[in-house]
Amino acid sequence: MLCDGCGKNQATVHLTEIVNDQMNELHLCEECARKKSQDVEQNFGLGDLLGGMADINKNEKDKEAVSIKCPNCGLTYADFRKIGRLGCGDCYNAFKKYLAPLLKRIHGSSQHVGKSPVFAKKTLGLKKGIDIQELRNKLQRAVEQEQFEEAARLRDQIKNLEVKGPEEGEADRKA
Amino acid sequence: MKINDLLSHGSEWLRGTGPNSDIVISSRIRLARNLFKISFPHWANKKQCEQVLTTVTDAVSKIALLKQTTVFNLSALDSIDKQFLVERHLMSHDHAQKSEGRAVIVDNEEIVSIMINEEDHLRMQVMQSGFNLYETWNIAGKIDDHLAKELPYAFLPDWGYLTACPTNTGTGMRGSVMLHLPALVMTRQVDRVLAAIAKLSFNTRGLYGEGTQALGNFFQISNQVSLGHGEEEIIGNINGIIRQIIEQEHQARELMFSKNRAMLEDKINRSFGILKSAYIISSQETIELLSLVRLGLDLGLIKHIDQARLNDLFISTQPAHLQKIENKKLTSEERDVKRAQIIRKRLGVSN
Repeated sequence: MLCDGCGKNQATVHLTEIVNDQMNELHLCEECARKKSQDVEQNFGLGDLLGGMADINKNEKDKEAVSIKCPNCGLTYADFRKIGRLGCGDCYNAFKKYLAPLLKRIHGSSQHVGKSPVFAKKTLGLKKGIDIQELRNKLQRAVEQEQFEEAARLRDQIKNLEVKGPEEGEADRKA
Repeated sequence: MKINDLLSHGSEWLRGTGPNSDIVISSRIRLARNLFKISFPHWANKKQCEQVLTTVTDAVSKIALLKQTTVFNLSALDSIDKQFLVERHLMSHDHAQKSEGRAVIVDNEEIVSIMINEEDHLRMQVMQSGFNLYETWNIAGKIDDHLAKELPYAFLPDWGYLTACPTNTGTGMRGSVMLHLPALVMTRQVDRVLAAIAKLSFNTRGLYGEGTQALGNFFQISNQVSLGHGEEEIIGNINGIIRQIIEQEHQARELMFSKNRAMLEDKINRSFGILKSAYIISSQETIELLSLVRLGLDLGLIKHIDQARLNDLFISTQPAHLQKIENKKLTSEERDVKRAQIIRKRLGVSN
């Protein structure tokens, strides 16, 4: 069988493509197959992947999303879908409604757990929540290193903090 | 420090020391950080990039922990210099493709490096020899705390550190461990192990990070998820997985040693033989053969060769390193000859 690509060489690679539910068989020589796979790789970057994930559903709501523009850097949601990168930190606020489900799909969660910068602790009143998180981190580490006395002490400390301050619940994890 | 000064000592990640250094090459923590209100590098104009560069280098110069560092502006480096830094794992391949408004800050011991205006405004990396993620994280966390006092990071309480790519949002942390798994490869178990890792949301990459192939039985394992788990929890998970892989590699080594010793000794000594006698050799073949010699050394099947000297060959035979050592541009063919010459000289059996 001759190659479907160049029609000259013997076809040694047999490819089945499914595009829009149409099955298409291709028989290629090695050289054409290599070219073809390069096409596929070049056409399919991380941008497409993320863009695809961000492509929630093609309805009216979606049209509205596409035109949203970040007031700080000017990147539109359509740009983000195309390049798979956000334009600046403010984009996260601008596209919040659409990013939340995307982040959840990527990470399985849309709630940050972990450290915060020093200024955030001060200005965002995070201190308490962060303390508990840091203690939980330490607890995890102590358990892993089989330091059970330390782990028990940390566990009590966390319990103590959790019981004490429901009035500061705002800063605590929602979970 | 000048870039050539780096040549005089081995690279941290190849020091060959630290816990489990027979299997674990190095541990690395990378943190992605961005500055509030300023466009991410891919979306920023030249002026904004320059502004970030100045702001970050100023901040770094105020931090005592980072006193012994050098700023390399990428626009001042030629392509060999850049490739040289990539080979030493001090910056990414992607970063090396760029120049203006980009820099990398390297500490003299090569444990810390900070890429400025890579995919994010800051990509700091701390790298240590051996299986040492917690300690590595402690260093990275401390540097990050100091920088956070100087730099207004883009951060939201709900979503953590905001990054150009949403796959890094949250902790902005990627912890990775480089493993040498020749026995799992030889016993054809490695695919099964790596498939299991992928199911647990961990990534496997080759020797030079994103988009590179596993070469010479080296695999880099890292976390994929950065939101919803704390840093130490993520590290704990990586550690758990790495410990299991180490165990599996140990078992595979023992199995081959007891059941298939002749085959093993044949493979290792043939590799050693080629390295000692070749006159033309590519960098890929070099790494593959060095990998087996390293295994031979770990198993005590090869003696009379120093581990540090062997480790150094992994890096000094890389294209940019060869050209730095020779202090001139070499074609690919010239490099293959030079490389073989250096290897013969270094592995020349002394007794």
